[in-house]
Amino acid sequence: MTRLRAQFLLLASSLAAALLLTLMPLPAALLPLKPYWPALVLIFWSLEAPEHVGLGLAFAVGLFADLLNGALLGEQALRLTALTFIALRFRARLRFFPMWQQALAVLALLLNDRVLLLMVRAFAGDPLPSANYWLEPFSGTLVWPFLFLLLDDLRARLRVHET
Amino acid sequence: MARNGTAPLFSDTAAGTLRLIGYLALACVLMVVDQRGGWLARLRYAGALAVEPIYRLAALPAGLVQDARLALAERSGLTDENRRLREALLLAQARLNRLDAIADQNQRLKELLDVRHVLGMNVQLARLLDIDLDPFRHRIVLDAGARDSVAVGQVVIDAHGVMGQVVEVLPHMAVAMLITDPNHALPVTVERTGLRTVAYGTGAIDQLKLPNIPLSARVQVGDRLVTSGLGGRFPAGFPVGEIVQIGPDQAGMFAVAIARPAAALDRSGEVLLLHDLAEPVGPPAPVAPVGPPAQLAPAAAPAAAPGAPR
Repeated sequence: MTRLRAQFLLLASSLAAALLLTLMPLPAALLPLKPYWPALVLIFWSLEAPEHVGLGLAFAVGLFADLLNGALLGEQALRLTALTFIALRFRARLRFFPMWQQALAVLALLLNDRVLLLMVRAFAGDPLPSANYWLEPFSGTLVWPFLFLLLDDLRARLRVHET
Repeated sequence: MARNGTAPLFSDTAAGTLRLIGYLALACVLMVVDQRGGWLARLRYAGALAVEPIYRLAALPAGLVQDARLALAERSGLTDENRRLREALLLAQARLNRLDAIADQNQRLKELLDVRHVLGMNVQLARLLDIDLDPFRHRIVLDAGARDSVAVGQVVIDAHGVMGQVVEVLPHMAVAMLITDPNHALPVTVERTGLRTVAYGTGAIDQLKLPNIPLSARVQVGDRLVTSGLGGRFPAGFPVGEIVQIGPDQAGMFAVAIARPAAALDRSGEVLLLHDLAEPVGPPAPVAPVGPPAQLAPAAAPAAAPGAPR
């Protein structure tokens, strides 16, 4: 029971950290490279602990992120729900991929996410973004192995700690 | 019938897909409602209790880095900076003194012309919170909000020129859109020729685009742009930028110019909020109908007559 609670705490704090990191300022040159942290964290948890992560959680996280970023309400909710759905659907395969294949799958997920965002913004009447709009999925892919190892390690430590 | 064994799995994924469709539809409805009615601003105002501390928390590391830099900066560097600032202040002071005389004269002349217009600006200082809302939308967060009587539409300037306008107000913070935001358009005039046009944001922090300049207008590289005051949001005469490049557009009908903003959009730490909104364009508001004074109304007369000292 306490193990579950510890895991839930880790889930909540990693999501909170992801939301904070999206607000983090960066030098202007690095801004387009800022990974979409909530997506990465949600992918991790839907691969590792699908019993805690559902579409409802993704939707709620997305709504809160929209509130924070001041974008269109529901935009990130839509993106994160779709992303989590795909990650959960292909979980059985993604989980046992070697790391580089997993990173490629994450790249596909993030690219799909960018396409969704582009569609939403186009409907809202925003002009087309510049080419470096497409850089973000690649930086997310590069960050993914480290994030995965970090969160996995934290999770394993919690488990050892509890038993 | 052959699928009998996979039936539970199939129904499970079907339920998942249904839920997905439900959530996506909900998100779409939210987006449409928000786009039409601007619900988000109201919701955010209500949720500011949660949002504002998170903004402060997110701005904390950048603030700490800044403090650390100050603490560790070389003493010589600081004295250098101090000296430079003092010189700049002296220069600005001298220029101001000269301007004061001109402002006085201007005021007198305007009074002569009976123009109701104040030259003295009513401004308020606000600090930037160092957080990034979205790399592809140029928004900044200021630490003054509705409690400091900031209102949507107020103009944000820095020492060098126009920065943008306030688009959203929270109790203690405000979000401003920079003039380089892809959704922003700013009515400007070319100072040298008086040509009026519109400067659009490009999404690049150091570029404004002026896409429809008549080919006959003879705009040159180096021309300065100032706000024209048309549109009624930005007061006239504030520096906007300088043209750095000009060429014909693809159809050859207009010239397209690229301008560099005058304001330090990516470096300002403190900004000024103008309190005087620009004078509204269009006919004056209708005057409330004036009738005879209320005490002359016939219904009130009998009741008031006995007590009234005549």
